[in-house]
Amino acid sequence: MAKQIPLVDYLVLGDHPHLVAHECTSCGARYFDRRNACASCGRTEFSPVEIPTEGEVRAFTIVAFAAPGIPTPFVAAMVDCGGTSVRANLINVPPDPEHVSLGMQVRLATEVVGTDDEGTEAIGFGFEPKEG
Amino acid sequence: MASDDLWVLGIHMTKFGKHPDKDMVDLASEAVLGALADGGVAMTDMGVIAAGSLMAASAGIGQQLQKQLGQTGVPVYNVANACATGATALRVAMMAIKSGEADMGLAFGVEKLSGAGLLTGGSRKDDSGVFTPSGRYGAVAPTDGRIGTEIMPGVFAQIGMEYGHRYGGTSFELFARISEKNHAHSTLNPLAAYSKRMTLDEIMGDFMVAYPNTRPMCSANCDGAAAAVVVSGATLATLSLEQRRRAVKISASVLTTDPWEESCQILPDVNTLTRNAATLAYEQAGIGPSDLDLVELHDCFATAELVHYDNLMLCEQGGAVDFFESGATWRDGTLPVNVSGGLESKGHPIGATGIANVWEVATHLRGEAGPRQIDGAKVGLTHVIGLGSACGVHILEKSAA
Repeated sequence: MAKQIPLVDYLVLGDHPHLVAHECTSCGARYFDRRNACASCGRTEFSPVEIPTEGEVRAFTIVAFAAPGIPTPFVAAMVDCGGTSVRANLINVPPDPEHVSLGMQVRLATEVVGTDDEGTEAIGFGFEPKEG
Repeated sequence: MASDDLWVLGIHMTKFGKHPDKDMVDLASEAVLGALADGGVAMTDMGVIAAGSLMAASAGIGQQLQKQLGQTGVPVYNVANACATGATALRVAMMAIKSGEADMGLAFGVEKLSGAGLLTGGSRKDDSGVFTPSGRYGAVAPTDGRIGTEIMPGVFAQIGMEYGHRYGGTSFELFARISEKNHAHSTLNPLAAYSKRMTLDEIMGDFMVAYPNTRPMCSANCDGAAAAVVVSGATLATLSLEQRRRAVKISASVLTTDPWEESCQILPDVNTLTRNAATLAYEQAGIGPSDLDLVELHDCFATAELVHYDNLMLCEQGGAVDFFESGATWRDGTLPVNVSGGLESKGHPIGATGIANVWEVATHLRGEAGPRQIDGAKVGLTHVIGLGSACGVHILEKSAA
């Protein structure tokens, strides 16, 4: 099997792929990026927290026109995973309003998004419909 | 007039659209000379200049203008604040007057964006080299299009869809009908970049950019400038009756950023900071939404206009769909919104937008809006929002002089 690397550092690969956030130990605010401090309370201590892999689509758009090199159409969405909002594409679903809907129940899925010169695969994530 | 009140003495906007033969200084000069003439004053009267341009603030657009119109040596502040740039420039001039550093000030905004296409979103080349995590997300490759979207039509599409998820009642057609309204309004505005009426079928059948926003449901990139002369009440009291009669009172001026909310770093939250700005503005002005005769709000996309009915408290919380369905926001409705045609038709030369909407409202309050005049308009509100985010709200009132 080819060597793999996550597309972003908050995606954890392995048998149970999931996202991990930095949670402020003081106020509980969660972030996916490298932090200087908490934007909610200003404290600087965080601990890693695993994000549920199932959630509900709270907003989506079907992008038909994007910058050069970005394949379209694709579905961009905000998914509510047990109270933590996650930005992701909806994958493994036809990108049209007949198949994508607000409130849709989805689960995390991974896919190969590229391969580098050494044959390492970059693994990205998206959310797919829970049913079907 | 109280001496510490602030007033718009003169204001002007250029036609928005394509100006291939004019550079940014030409456009800004036209707006500034127009505003000075409108107020009956000169560059030598200006104690401060605030120059708004998202693209040219770092190039010293304020000083470039001075070198054409008058190098008077007064302080210049070059301002960039996303799509709230124009409103921010206006506030900078106002703050200088409020602080006592100047009696009269100039704010202008200018942009050249014709044919600019998408203003955000990263292009992507084939992956090559060796994957190495970089940036705040430790990404090994570009994420736009792989982890959601960075393009504005897509971000604001989700903002409208989220409202629909929360309160129900939205649809592709509903959002398209908001656009239909603004394009209908634009037919009366000779300064709009696009002033052709569009049918609902034409809007829904046009090129899809990011569902549910088709091209005519997106703000139009274009060239344009707007400028305003702001004056203290004390100084205005020394001017002519005609100047006092046409001056427009700035009853509220507010700028906010977004306080932390759970999802605000995932999908920009344009709601909380707009509601906060509106709340402060109504307090400052001592009026409520029901006192407004017209509103120019930031319809950067049709999906955005809907949520701002709610954020500006023009309707009950959660009631934006019913409010629109009632016909209230058409120019013959109970609270006309974007009678200029809005950003979808009038256009959105970013730095100019937050002063051009003040021009629109001021022109109605002066009773000088011609065929699109909202009869008897006495109070109006302007709103802009720039992602990041910054929200500017101004409330304007007709002079009693």
